[in-house]
Amino acid sequence: MNAEQWVQCAKCKKILFRNDFERALKVCSHCGHHHRLRARERIALTADPDTFVETDTDLVADNPLDFPDYPDKLAKGWQTTGEQEAILTGKAQIGGVPVVLGVMDFAFMGGSMGSVVGEKVTRCFERAVDERLPVVMFCASGGARMQEGLISLMQMAKTTAAVSRHHRAHLPYLAVFTDPTMAGVLASFASLADVILAEPGALVGFAGQRVAAQASVGKTPPNFQTAEFQYEHGMIDLIVPRRQVRPTLVYLLEMFQS
Amino acid sequence: MTIFDFEKPITELENAIEELRRLAAEKGIDRSREIAELESQRERLLRQIFAHLKPWDKVLLARHPKRPYAMDYIRLMCEQFLELHGDRLGFDDPAMVAGLARLGAYRLVVVGQQKGRDLKERQKRNFGMAKPEGYRKAMRMFQLAEKFRLPVLTLVDTPAADPGVESESRGISEAIARSMLTLFDLTVPTVSVIIGEGGSGGAIALAATNRVLMLEHAIYSVIPPEGCAAILWRDANRAPQAAEALRLTAEDALQMGLIDMIIPEPLGAAHRDPQTTALSIRTAVLQQLDELSAMEPDTLREQRYQRFRHIGVYQLTR
Repeated sequence: MNAEQWVQCAKCKKILFRNDFERALKVCSHCGHHHRLRARERIALTADPDTFVETDTDLVADNPLDFPDYPDKLAKGWQTTGEQEAILTGKAQIGGVPVVLGVMDFAFMGGSMGSVVGEKVTRCFERAVDERLPVVMFCASGGARMQEGLISLMQMAKTTAAVSRHHRAHLPYLAVFTDPTMAGVLASFASLADVILAEPGALVGFAGQRVAAQASVGKTPPNFQTAEFQYEHGMIDLIVPRRQVRPTLVYLLEMFQS
Repeated sequence: MTIFDFEKPITELENAIEELRRLAAEKGIDRSREIAELESQRERLLRQIFAHLKPWDKVLLARHPKRPYAMDYIRLMCEQFLELHGDRLGFDDPAMVAGLARLGAYRLVVVGQQKGRDLKERQKRNFGMAKPEGYRKAMRMFQLAEKFRLPVLTLVDTPAADPGVESESRGISEAIARSMLTLFDLTVPTVSVIIGEGGSGGAIALAATNRVLMLEHAIYSVIPPEGCAAILWRDANRAPQAAEALRLTAEDALQMGLIDMIIPEPLGAAHRDPQTTALSIRTAVLQQLDELSAMEPDTLREQRYQRFRHIGVYQLTR
């Protein structure tokens, strides 16, 4: 028996046949747990075949604060993911509708937003305004990138400013919250979409666990900071199983088409 | 309190001066020479200590229990102020104050986070950590400003936005994001002053403005140094080290081009002379308002966009 033929569900720990697991789009057939996807996997599931054209591939993080160990963390990110940053952006078609597509990659430094992510997100909305296109954003992030300090915090404002222009141009902006969508990303461009979808079970919230522990938040409900919790409280339009995400986006894009 | 170690010698001198004054008044003896001597000692000591403040000292100063808060400055610097209340969605957040003020020749909307002075008020004000309703009250005020073409002044002083269950269930992240969005849509002049703690998302929610000013001993950071240390080294006690790494002082922010101006504080920091500090803030804000008021509405929105648009440090390959 070849071990590579099997995978274990990260949540229910059941052993799954890899082929079935891949065919189920990395959703556990036993407990329904949606495992994280890499950005390129997500694009393959979302964009019409061969329509994704990546943009802004030439931006690389710097270390403006000389923050301890940041270069090592970046190097590790480049090595383990093969990606340059925590987001891929580009143009694509979804159900035949041209869109600007941004997909965050949690595998790269926890999907954190520093200068490069902030710049790429901003360019998405600016490009979409110039070419009168909708924006579709897949979010996956622990929040702002601590290693770039205040410059990272400013990316929240910068990306929000870009969204405000896109809003004023009456163009559609759809966001999909995937596991996890937190803190600085949730509290900026992510929460400002016209329609917000989320995958089941995704962690969605403001203060990360370690920050919340510092602030002694106290007792939290069992589903605290999940997509389901946010849905119950009116912060998310729909919780959509992975297989339904693309058809739902297509429907919404058609609804908002001018 | 060990956390204010660097201030201790000054406080001791100040107590001694106070005691001498009291004795002199009580007994009718002239102690003015001794007092003058102690006062010049105090001045020398203050200069000495404040010339070598470390980032962590600034953190402590920004959080100093005697540091003036938003309402103190509003009372000291504005000719008039009428506080207004409520988010019109069911709540009124005491951690966020807002109202209409007269400042020199200007009528303006003022919004700020407010901490409490004693235990009871601190709890009532939630230690300056605003909830979604605080940011929604702020947004209501921003829209009021736009409708009546009044400039906006925000006073930022918060450790963070409230991270609790209540705030999460009412959409704290969305409230912060939309507060920024509302500020970016405005076509009136907007100025923010970081007066104490500029705590991450809770702070930027009020600081997406045409001009961002910072008091000399205020801090502005993406994460509290304790949280940063907990994540980096799994040890919150290394916060002083994290405070260095985060570059969270006003000087750092100015050097990186993230704020427009540092407002100097009196020797020994704002809490030693709130009146003078308030006057400095007033002068700085009026100067900014004079500049901004000369701009067209669309220009103001565009200037604000460009101000943030160009923030970011990265390299280009190829």
